[in-house]
Amino acid sequence: MSQPPHSEASLTDLILERLAPFPRDHFLSASDLNAATAPALLDLADAFVDFNRGSTKALDLMRGRTVMNLFFENSTRTSSSFEIAAKRLGADVVNMSPRTSSVAKGETLIDTAVTLNAMKPDVLVVRHGASGAAALLSQKVECAVVNAGDGRHEHPTQALLDLLSLRRAFGDVGGLTVAICGDIAHSRVARSNVSMLSMMGARVRLIGPPTLVPGDADRWGCEVFHDMREGLRGCDVVMMLRLQLERMEGALVPSTREYFRFWGLDREKLAWANPGAKVMHPGPMNRGVEIDSEVADDLTVSLIQDQVEMGVAARMAVLAALSARLDGDAA
Amino acid sequence: MSAPVSNTLAVLNARLLDPASDYDGPGSVLVEDGRITEVIHGGGAVARAGVTVIDADGLCLSPGLIDIRVRTGEPGAEPKETLKSASLSAAAGGVTTIVIQPDTDPALDDPAMIEFIQRRGAALGLVNVRVAGAATKARDGVRMAEIGLMDEAGALYFTDVDRVIANTRTLQRVMTYAAAFNALISCRPADPWLSEGAVATSGELATRLGLASAPAIAERIQLERDLALVEQTGARYLVDQISTEDALETLARARARGLEVAASVSINHLCFNEIDIGDYRTFYRLDPPLRPESDRQALIEAVRDGLIDVITSAHAPAPAEDKRRPFAEAAPGAIGLETLLAAALSLHHEDGLDLLDVMRPLTSGPAGLLGLDAGVLKAGAPADLVLFDVGAPVVIDADTLKSKSKNSPFDGRRLQGKVVCTFVAGRRVFEA
Repeated sequence: MSQPPHSEASLTDLILERLAPFPRDHFLSASDLNAATAPALLDLADAFVDFNRGSTKALDLMRGRTVMNLFFENSTRTSSSFEIAAKRLGADVVNMSPRTSSVAKGETLIDTAVTLNAMKPDVLVVRHGASGAAALLSQKVECAVVNAGDGRHEHPTQALLDLLSLRRAFGDVGGLTVAICGDIAHSRVARSNVSMLSMMGARVRLIGPPTLVPGDADRWGCEVFHDMREGLRGCDVVMMLRLQLERMEGALVPSTREYFRFWGLDREKLAWANPGAKVMHPGPMNRGVEIDSEVADDLTVSLIQDQVEMGVAARMAVLAALSARLDGDAA
Repeated sequence: MSAPVSNTLAVLNARLLDPASDYDGPGSVLVEDGRITEVIHGGGAVARAGVTVIDADGLCLSPGLIDIRVRTGEPGAEPKETLKSASLSAAAGGVTTIVIQPDTDPALDDPAMIEFIQRRGAALGLVNVRVAGAATKARDGVRMAEIGLMDEAGALYFTDVDRVIANTRTLQRVMTYAAAFNALISCRPADPWLSEGAVATSGELATRLGLASAPAIAERIQLERDLALVEQTGARYLVDQISTEDALETLARARARGLEVAASVSINHLCFNEIDIGDYRTFYRLDPPLRPESDRQALIEAVRDGLIDVITSAHAPAPAEDKRRPFAEAAPGAIGLETLLAAALSLHHEDGLDLLDVMRPLTSGPAGLLGLDAGVLKAGAPADLVLFDVGAPVVIDADTLKSKSKNSPFDGRRLQGKVVCTFVAGRRVFEA
């Protein structure tokens, strides 16, 4: 879904036209958006996609604002994505990772937050290994908090960029059947996506071995399949999740080769889905474990590279909207 | 009754025993191309011209026995038993399908091993050789084995054999995972801490003989734990060698609650009790250990009323040097493939069970549990058959048995029941 090339000035106008304050103080979970506010944010993100493809990738929307990346868990991919997003909006960015900070000296999460808060950042982007950490932080600081992934709980910006990728590939997400495959039980990406896709009218299926798909996942409103062939029948989108190799110590699945045989996506299995089905993956991929290189790299079916590009645009939209809300509060 | 080898034949004038259809009466069976084409009740059957005819003259004809728990030493301990010697023993005993246990060295814990055993067994051209895969890698009770791939390769069920998966979380995960393949998991019901080092059942006899023992309740405790997990995970489950009255009650209660759980019993626990240990006789050193007579009676009742689904020989070869030791140090186990039928028939001759009730857990019971199309006298089923003289007296002489190991607790015993002829896919694989 490509748009006619805009001039730099008209792109900026489009952005400003679509910019609206974020509906909540924080972006902690997919449910902070709804069927009305999500499309509006996506429209803004769309404009950022085109903007990012232009030559001048700099705006003033967040000039003078400070965005702090607080990453307790390793992630170059997500933290870089947020950093680039913030910088393109003109914000100052500070990156904090706990190994080099006082947390390594035993300072608690809250103490760290309160200390940083005293430095008066505008937005805190947090990734932490414990479910609920971002929410806890948001209660203790005065700035806006963006959840960049808390334990197994949520990763709302991932769901937003996935939604953006899908909308650009298919037009309307409502009515699509999306299969999320893999380690559902431990996946915050799965949870946020189930929430956001269902909100937008898509039908979501969960596919994986019983040890990786929670027994009561059907209470999320999804159909659960352990047989991938059954599960992929009628699907328009196949979203593969990364398998953490710790699961491979025979604990929850016996081996990578067994996992790949029954739940890994390759050309043969993709054929079980609808013709024209698209493949997604939040990255990083374990090639040969949950997905075959041949499929992952085939641009006619794979949206994986698009997802990365959409990631920056989606995060720009979130940051810009939060900033607009802060402007509104100040006024 | 010699005839050229063929897989097309007619067995006429037999006493048919087909537990699946509850038929015990005169009849004939026609076989073509390795499959049963017709089962005729009553007299008057006539074979097609040119077909090998066997006049059974009133001998019993039943589906070949299916023994679900057979240990060999292949690979790793071939001197005690090979697939070939086990297959020859089986054929001589009227056992037409054997399910090999994964406690070999290396363990049968990956699809390549499953395929290896199946191929080697098939190449022998004797009996059907099938395999049970290990539930955990190297049967270590920690890492789940490749249940899906082994299932695809043809493994019939999964078990760590004599090793108990003590870690509840591990067993729960194995059961949860196995459900994706509708795979059957079999566990030994023995609390590992109570059973540690035990070679006998706690009681007067063990005390008098000075043998380390475990209380019978060790079986019930573990079974209740396993059944709770079965209930939670929805797994398919087979109790491996139930041996106590207590555990039978637990099993009955679970069935009454609607839990689909199967149970096997070893022929040794049906035929012997702990008194047979006598003077520290190591052929009666078994695992699970022999129990008091009251347990044996309860097991027989359980076979009669169908609470127990499967009788197995629990064939466990042990070379002489492993048995010629003090009782506690002797290797546990007994061979049993060749004597299984005659021993089981003692339940009929001595304990008064109907023949069909005796044959059911040896044929249609295990076939149904494992999803095999054998074990029945029905058109379309494989022609795996055993022709036997139900009343013929035999004296078991362990030295003449075909197993490489001779640790038979039936050595010197008088039994009734003699295999005359065994057929696998219509081919004669044994003739007395």
